Amino acid sequence: MSGVTHVDPHAHGVSGELPHEPERATLEGRNKLLGFWLFLGGECVLFGTLFATFMALRHNTMGGPDGAHLFDLVLVAWATFILLTSSLTSVFAIQAMHAKKVPQIMLWLGVTVLLGLGFLGLEIYEFFHYVHEGHQFNSSAFGTSFYSLVGFHGAHVAFGVLWITLLIFQLARKGLTTVTAPKVYVASLYWHFIDVVWVFIFTIVYLMGKMG
Amino acid sequence: MLKSLRGKAGLSLFVALALLLTGCAEQASPLNPKGTQALEQLNLMILSIVIMVIVVVVVFAISIYVLVKFRARKGDNHIPKQVEGNHKLEIIWTVIPIILLAILVVPTVGYTFKHDQNLSADPDAIKVQVVAHQFWWEFNYPELGIYSSQEVVMPVGKNVSFELTSADVVHSFWIPALGGKKDTNPGLTSYMHLTPTEVGVYKGKCAELCGPSHALMDFKAVVVTEEEFAAWVADMQEAPSVAAEDVSAGEEVFKNNCIQCHAIQPDAKSPVAPHLNGFAERGNVAGILQNTEENIKAWIADPDGEKPGTLMPKVGLTEEEIDQVTQYLLQLK
Amino acid sequence: MDWLTTVDHKKIGILYLLAGAFFFVIGGIEALLIRLQLIGPQQEFLDAQTFNEMITMHGTTMIFLAAMPIIFGFMNAIVPLQIGARDVAFPFVNALGFWTFFVGGVLLNLSWIVGDVPDAGWTAYVPLSGEQFSMHRGLDFYLMGLQIAGIGTLVGGINFLVTIINMRAPGMGFMRMPMFTWTAFITSAMILFAFPALAVGLILLTFDRLFGGNIFDPNMGGNVVLWQHIFWIFGHPEVYILVLPAFGIISEVIPTFSRKRLFGYSAMVFATVLIGFLGFMVWVHHMFTTGMGPVANALFAVATMLIAIPTGIKIFNWLFTMWGGRIQFTTANLFAIGFVPTFVMGGVTGVMLAVPPADWQFHDSYFVVAHFHYVIVGGIVFGLLSGLFYWWPKMTGRFLNETLGKVTFWTFFTGFHLTFFIQHIVGLLGMPRRVFTYLGENENPGWTWMNQLSTIGAFVMAFAVIVLLINIVTSMTKPKTAKGDAWGDGRTLEWTIPSPAPEYNFKQTPITRGIDAWWKEKMAGNTEMTPAEPVGPIHMPSPSILPLFMSIGLGIAAVGFMYSEEWNGYYVAIAGLVITFFCMFLRSVYDDHGFHIDPKDDKGVGA
Repeated sequence: MSGVTHVDPHAHGVSGELPHEPERATLEGRNKLLGFWLFLGGECVLFGTLFATFMALRHNTMGGPDGAHLFDLVLVAWATFILLTSSLTSVFAIQAMHAKKVPQIMLWLGVTVLLGLGFLGLEIYEFFHYVHEGHQFNSSAFGTSFYSLVGFHGAHVAFGVLWITLLIFQLARKGLTTVTAPKVYVASLYWHFIDVVWVFIFTIVYLMGKMG
Repeated sequence: MLKSLRGKAGLSLFVALALLLTGCAEQASPLNPKGTQALEQLNLMILSIVIMVIVVVVVFAISIYVLVKFRARKGDNHIPKQVEGNHKLEIIWTVIPIILLAILVVPTVGYTFKHDQNLSADPDAIKVQVVAHQFWWEFNYPELGIYSSQEVVMPVGKNVSFELTSADVVHSFWIPALGGKKDTNPGLTSYMHLTPTEVGVYKGKCAELCGPSHALMDFKAVVVTEEEFAAWVADMQEAPSVAAEDVSAGEEVFKNNCIQCHAIQPDAKSPVAPHLNGFAERGNVAGILQNTEENIKAWIADPDGEKPGTLMPKVGLTEEEIDQVTQYLLQLK
Repeated sequence: MDWLTTVDHKKIGILYLLAGAFFFVIGGIEALLIRLQLIGPQQEFLDAQTFNEMITMHGTTMIFLAAMPIIFGFMNAIVPLQIGARDVAFPFVNALGFWTFFVGGVLLNLSWIVGDVPDAGWTAYVPLSGEQFSMHRGLDFYLMGLQIAGIGTLVGGINFLVTIINMRAPGMGFMRMPMFTWTAFITSAMILFAFPALAVGLILLTFDRLFGGNIFDPNMGGNVVLWQHIFWIFGHPEVYILVLPAFGIISEVIPTFSRKRLFGYSAMVFATVLIGFLGFMVWVHHMFTTGMGPVANALFAVATMLIAIPTGIKIFNWLFTMWGGRIQFTTANLFAIGFVPTFVMGGVTGVMLAVPPADWQFHDSYFVVAHFHYVIVGGIVFGLLSGLFYWWPKMTGRFLNETLGKVTFWTFFTGFHLTFFIQHIVGLLGMPRRVFTYLGENENPGWTWMNQLSTIGAFVMAFAVIVLLINIVTSMTKPKTAKGDAWGDGRTLEWTIPSPAPEYNFKQTPITRGIDAWWKEKMAGNTEMTPAEPVGPIHMPSPSILPLFMSIGLGIAAVGFMYSEEWNGYYVAIAGLVITFFCMFLRSVYDDHGFHIDPKDDKGVGA
């Protein structure tokens, strides 16, 4: 096709002074933000369905141990504390982004990743413990629905950890631009979302489970 | 109100057409009710059809008028007035459907509650446990101590309360002439009741896809007088009568090959396959074939050929053994 | 090669249409085989197992692989043009959506080649679809195929929501959007909230079948009705997801060929939103016979009936759009006009089915089969065929032949009513659906000739489709003669640009001054839209092969999981996932800066 001109990549978005909210500076950025909000809306339905399934089946332990017997609230409280803190550190990362301090963004994202890994470590430890107690994925409908719900959340955390790690490297290589800024912003949105889901898991799975 | 509608306004076009087209009213279908529930459900259908026919007629009339009146004629190239809309009209075609629906909603809700009553604790109702299997029906009468299969016998004019469940997949219990269907869900129990109003034998079906032989999962609903019912109960509570002629060879074959799956004694549930107490008096074998000697033999010789996917195996009997066991089965009254 | 890497919404639209047409033909052949088996009592043309495979694949194919992509095809081809946008919000994701759909569809149909075909109905009720009662791999093809295709649909829905919210041309407020765009918008919103439920249902059933899960196993504390809830929480909105864009097409075609603006535009918008909302509130009406008790049944019955009200508003507004107009009987408009009474018939039987005690008799009988074919064929397919004839010149620059088109319409219309009207009655006579055989005249008087009529009707419809395919193929050999405003009476922005649209759609983004922006300018005596910007270089996204590879990776992973027990499939599954994640990694790391087109240099194209 005629009329096509290839453009120097640096002409697009990276040159000149970064605007105040770089994640919203371009149409692509705004699209990405809105699209991601909508995606999280879909994720709500996804987790909602998993929660409903768990609620319907959580008493059907088929003679295996139930939540009241299994759950160690101290451990879960620590996991909750770690994940909530990581949400806060991801907020610090966004504040650093608005202050356009790239090393600080990377630092706070790094802390977020470490906390995420800590949470995953606790969860894996917890799962091993449960399996040992006879609460397995295929031991009852309670088991399957529990591991589906909590495991799905855990998989989301793991994906988030990989994603944010990748973003830290991208920031190091490309710096803060109107292309990288929306990515950091939506990653932080994602991280808050899995935090909120965890709050529900903590309430519905663990607290309600403990009460029987 | 519903009854008068049926009586005075007569059958609606739709139903009348259906009856006319088939040229025959003597069949077990929702249009030919033989029970209280089926009758009331038919009346509801007729009411909804009448309302809906009104809607359809109005839409068709407007459509035809518009298409004829406002079609583009040759040489006419005018630009019509660009009408934005009309609030009055919008309100009219919002409110009229609401009124029509309101007329429909009242009996709908009423009969929904009436037909969905749970009569399992009603002392006057006959209780039947229905367990659906791939691809046959188990009917037990817990209060009468009767274990049966494939044919459900009911006295006329009495409420019959069904307790429904399934042994394998989801099936649906349906006797069109007596009333609507209800699913049988494995692991769950649901309830329904029917009140037959006329003596007769009605077709029953499975109405939920349940495997290859779903289409062949038929049963019979036998509605009898109260006296006949009492006689049937007494008969079923006794062990099968001793044979008039000698069928001991067949009995031996049965004991060696069949009894693991099929019970014949009246006091026990059948392990995995249809109970055969009173088998000789049933209309059908395997729910689908007429109960004749040849059909019984054909069925035993090749169950899967008659009913694909059935759990009944080819037992591997010789032709002589099949003959003997068939003679024996035909004595199970 | 160009087609494998394209991110242009117009080309993706055509890909969707081609793929949809391909699967439509497959689903149609399955339908003909079903009808042949049922042409008379106790036929032995198909055995019981094959018959169940046919009905399962027919339903699944028609809903997920024919209707959905054809709708997405039109949304892709038309929505950006109608809102004055140069592309969709996420061109890359758009391509990804198409390829995941296509890989999912191919995977599902691979089951025919492997020989293990899904056989539990398109609703796949457990436990019939569980590992205990469906021991071959058929249902795994269903689960994996739909899961992958569903990802494509979900991201496509998000894409259109963002496109419509963020990328409308200046002046086009929400209440100035063309009706088709409105319906695409609501449909996309419904996809967003319905498809994740399906995804979870499919995942949980996959867990049960492949990894020993117990969600739906009553022997291990699972619940079989749960599947029905999850399936229909998705499944009922799905019906509206499909039918709303058809409503949108009708709302474009009828005004154009009546030369009148849509009657009661704001009522139409309101009705669309209300249908979308109520669509989520009525799923239990598919489960009236499950035994949930009279309270649930009565509530959902009333909610279901309420949908008749906004639908009625739409019907009457269409009729009054024609009232006082100048109606031209083009093929596109014939399908639109044929749609109105046909869909009304499907709608009223829907209200009848909403009466629970009556539904206990109708449920799973041929009455239901007749009802939903009136809605899906009489509604959706009529709408889509109308849209095909209407927008074909915009998409290809060529017209479809009107004579062949009218042959298609009349044969399709006749064949359709021949096939399905009589099924209401055979259903009322008690014929259950999904039966591979039935008994003859002695047992079931009337069934035989009614079924014969249905079969004949199905073949008349098949003839109509063949004529349509001939029409499409021959039209592609003709020169591109369509003008920008191909029908002369276009009302919306897609008719302001050449046919087919240039790669960048709009040389200059237009300013919109009202509903039916183009019609308004024409009536004011203008020959083009007022531009909102000077002519200048236009930024375009680069093509990419990654969407195709990402989808293929998912397909490989799915096959690996399915055969994890047979041949160490986990390695295959991991390999597939690695391909997909590696593509995602590449996409994230390498920024796509796109390229620019300067329309001043672009010869041969000009508005």
